[in-house]
Amino acid sequence: MPFIPHTENDVKEMLAVIGAPSIEALFDEIPAALRTRALTGLPEALSEMEVTQLMERRAARDGRPLTFVGAGAYEHHIPAAVWAIVTRGEFYSAYTPYQAEASQGTLQLLYEYQSMMASLTGMEVSNASLYDGASALAEACLMAVRAHRKSRSARILVPATLHPTYRQVAHTLTAGQRLSFDVLPYDPATGTTQRAALDAYAGEDITAVVIQQPNFFGLLEDVDALTDWARANGAMAIAVVNPLSLAILKPPGEWGAQGAGVDIVVGDGQPLGVPLSSGGPYFGFMTTRREHVRQMPGRLVGRTVDLQGKPGYTLTLQAREQHIRRSKATSNICTNQGLLVTAATIHMALLGAAGLARVAAASQARTRELVEALTAIDGVELVFDGPRFHEAVLRLDRPVAGVLQALAARGIVGGYDLSAHYPELGDTVLVCATETKTTEHIQAYAQALRAIMADAQPDAAASRDARSGSSAAK
Amino acid sequence: MASIPAELKYLESHEWARLEADGSVTVGISDHAQAALGDLVFVEVPEVGRSVDKGAATAVVESVKAASDIYSPVTGEVIAVNEALGSTPELVNQDPYGAGWLFKVKPADPGELDALLDADAYADVVKREG
Amino acid sequence: MSEPLIFEHSRPGRTAVVQHPSRAPSADVPQQFRRTRPPALPEVSELQAVRHYTRLSQLNFSIDTHFYPLGSCTMKYNPRACNQLAMLPEFLARHPLAPAELSQGFLACLYELQEMLKEVTGMRGVSLTPMAGAQGEFAGVAMIRAYHQARGDHERTEIIVPDAAHGTNPATATMCGCTVVEVESLPNGDIDLEALARMVGPRTAGIMLTNPSTLGVFERRIREVAGLVHAAGGLLYYDGANLNAILGKVRPGDMGFDVIHMNLHKTFSTPHGGGGPGSGAVGVGERLLPFMPVPLVGKEGDRYRWLDERDLPQTIGRLSAFMGNAGVLLRAYVYMRMLGRAGMQRVAEYATLNANYLLARLVQAGFEPAYPERRASHEFIITLKRQAREQDVTAMDFAKRLLDFGFHAPTTYFPLLVPECLLIEPTETETKETLDAFVDALVAIQREAEQDAAKVKGAPYTLPVRRLDDVRAAKQLDLAYVPGEH
Repeated sequence: MPFIPHTENDVKEMLAVIGAPSIEALFDEIPAALRTRALTGLPEALSEMEVTQLMERRAARDGRPLTFVGAGAYEHHIPAAVWAIVTRGEFYSAYTPYQAEASQGTLQLLYEYQSMMASLTGMEVSNASLYDGASALAEACLMAVRAHRKSRSARILVPATLHPTYRQVAHTLTAGQRLSFDVLPYDPATGTTQRAALDAYAGEDITAVVIQQPNFFGLLEDVDALTDWARANGAMAIAVVNPLSLAILKPPGEWGAQGAGVDIVVGDGQPLGVPLSSGGPYFGFMTTRREHVRQMPGRLVGRTVDLQGKPGYTLTLQAREQHIRRSKATSNICTNQGLLVTAATIHMALLGAAGLARVAAASQARTRELVEALTAIDGVELVFDGPRFHEAVLRLDRPVAGVLQALAARGIVGGYDLSAHYPELGDTVLVCATETKTTEHIQAYAQALRAIMADAQPDAAASRDARSGSSAAK
Repeated sequence: MASIPAELKYLESHEWARLEADGSVTVGISDHAQAALGDLVFVEVPEVGRSVDKGAATAVVESVKAASDIYSPVTGEVIAVNEALGSTPELVNQDPYGAGWLFKVKPADPGELDALLDADAYADVVKREG
Repeated sequence: MSEPLIFEHSRPGRTAVVQHPSRAPSADVPQQFRRTRPPALPEVSELQAVRHYTRLSQLNFSIDTHFYPLGSCTMKYNPRACNQLAMLPEFLARHPLAPAELSQGFLACLYELQEMLKEVTGMRGVSLTPMAGAQGEFAGVAMIRAYHQARGDHERTEIIVPDAAHGTNPATATMCGCTVVEVESLPNGDIDLEALARMVGPRTAGIMLTNPSTLGVFERRIREVAGLVHAAGGLLYYDGANLNAILGKVRPGDMGFDVIHMNLHKTFSTPHGGGGPGSGAVGVGERLLPFMPVPLVGKEGDRYRWLDERDLPQTIGRLSAFMGNAGVLLRAYVYMRMLGRAGMQRVAEYATLNANYLLARLVQAGFEPAYPERRASHEFIITLKRQAREQDVTAMDFAKRLLDFGFHAPTTYFPLLVPECLLIEPTETETKETLDAFVDALVAIQREAEQDAAKVKGAPYTLPVRRLDDVRAAKQLDLAYVPGEH
């Protein structure tokens, strides 16, 4: 029997000890009328070999296209050692470290992780992870409402240049708690949020301002000015960042002309050693100032000593959490993304600050190379020309969906169609190249795109079809 | 056996209240409550000036394994809080009826105190809870 | 045994250089945006990192190394094939925004997983997007609220939960803007139906239940509970924490539940990972189909595609940036295919056999069950209140001493209703020999408690650390390494 070790003799002896005539008798408290018939809708069991063949067939069917899309998930090289260690059973098959003495490995690793994230973001404390970047932003908004003792409005300003799905998720997860979100328009010339957009709210009760760096278009926002506006207007500042970019960009803890920093930092940790894997599992991170730690959601690991004075690690401040505080908890989160944090910690240890900075710089350079190669094609132009990290917005002379479909047919995932979320930008696509893309890859993309763009414009109907079939979030 | 000073008034939820000479009411938690909670690691006191209703959750005491709301025994305005608990929450364990007080309320109606439990009645509550 | 922090292995200038991109131009960042001081990450060699994290792993208990009978957590074996096949290179490299035409293999797995979960739970629709049980709960309560609101029924904001409920239930209700009303359990572990009847009414949004309950017993009058709540206009939410107990025996949909979440990391054996990732797929009955969180996977002819807001305009929305914990879903899919129809029903059978056997052995050895007249489900509770009274040895002391015997402790002090309790869930993947050895350990600890209580109260002795000072941890917060401070 798959994964069940009992012999016939075991069953006989066990039933005798229980004093039950059969296994079936153990279900005698379930009313007979409710009992399930055979599960005819399920397939028969497959052996491990058969299921391996099935999965290999399905994986092969999807293949390994050349990926030039980012939009919140980024392909990076992950050192072989990372997942070799992560998948050790002692990490992989352990539970949440509630029994501290039997979980020192996980706990110490989480403490190291918290230390690394605090330093990377320039903040004082980090939690032990949330689900993903989008849900972490929702938690940050809820946390700001709790932590901001003077603001009564629960009103949050979010830039239009924030990842659009993050905005949707924040809305879904906070809808029961009467938060309201005002969207700040971006400057159509630069693709970034200007202070003037915020000045429209001067003097109003604003709980928090969200600032994403780099923004969804890959562009660098004037985070100092935005942070200072929040501070001057009594609002908390919430940063949403790509953690890899912080190897070269100013950390949110130092944003503002005087370096006063933001209040809460969140983001998706995926670029730190987590494979794309179709969207998850990734992990959300959150760091903050010490003064706000009791309003923070999620687990925290603290260093302490045992009864002989030896250093050790344990979950702490658990009275914030649902298993103790129940309906008054800071969040309902219980299980988080521990295994991915394990990967990120080992990844950061292997790369170090220097390695991460090289990955960040190489990705930035590859995107520059990609933009140069693609904008050399007739009908392709760069939309925003300001400083950026590793993504760029390109405008095509025709609907994007049909072009992406044609690229897909050539084994290239060519970018993210912005037309659903940013119709005012026209036929635009968000592209990304990380350090994993070579000049040959970029040239292959350019050649494919040149060939497609040289064709007559695809007719409008075909392009509409393609768009409705895409997974673009609306 | 937990100490239950005879001169204080009590709530079933284990707060004590003392009417001071200046007409204010000092609030804390009973010796029984501090023992049941174990070592306190954090006390959240209200803001001075806050209006509270009788029975309103006004402060929070936290041990490692539990967090409990502390209810105001009277309606009124918070006029003082025990700032020392910010750095030394253990005062509540060490001296629950003295240095471990939580907050003081200026009651709208001091008569509300009469409705609270006296020491004997509270002793019965403690006994019932075993 | 102890291991220094990775930062203490660090030396300036040391690197695992082969891990860096060899082609590395300098970053092109205008000065105002530039980082001026590098983050304080360790500088270590590859071997140092590998050795350090391998050593840390060895400080853990895990299913792969120890019996781990944590009640309500379903710590069953996580088959290796599930991991290996979810980590095929094509699945790992697939970008979440890759077009459907390059994703048919992946989408086929997810679609079939949705269908299989519908069948085993008796629900009409399944959304795989919630990333953990608590997020599944959120989705469920949000759907209940959306349903009432869509009918103009705006007063229904009360969620009823049993006093024995897991803490996520009330926390979730609050997060959804509901108020929580607790209903008591009877001494026999069933819900107090009379109390429930007094509670339900025009403000009732719904009730959240596990069945079997967190007390380790099956709620026998579930149909009456469903009838009461439905008659009052409320809906029933099934917390799937204990689904392992009834897989293939009774289905939440048939019990009358309108919405459920499943913990794929419990029932469907995806690894707990030291605290995640999980997956909290939700299933719904007819009434809640329009409100499911997106995206879902749909099938048209032999082609799979994502269903989103355009297909479900009344959806409660999105819960994650992409589609949840896809890799966890693939693991659950492989597991379910290896179990198949018959294997799925055996899960509940052998989980229940193991629990009842372990309970019977412990009762024979003198331990006190919390619900002696009840059949155990896949888990059960023993109470050590006598030991606490007579020997001053608590459930926590037993738990810590078990670690010295090489067993992970059961869940302690949950549910809160039962004093000095151990909630024990052996799962179906453990052998009789392991269960017997666990009984022997508890018996030995009981003997120690009677003869030398201090020994039990001082445990553990053989772990990397002795009992930790968690009061100090909370009062003198040390949450991050700062060079020079340690």
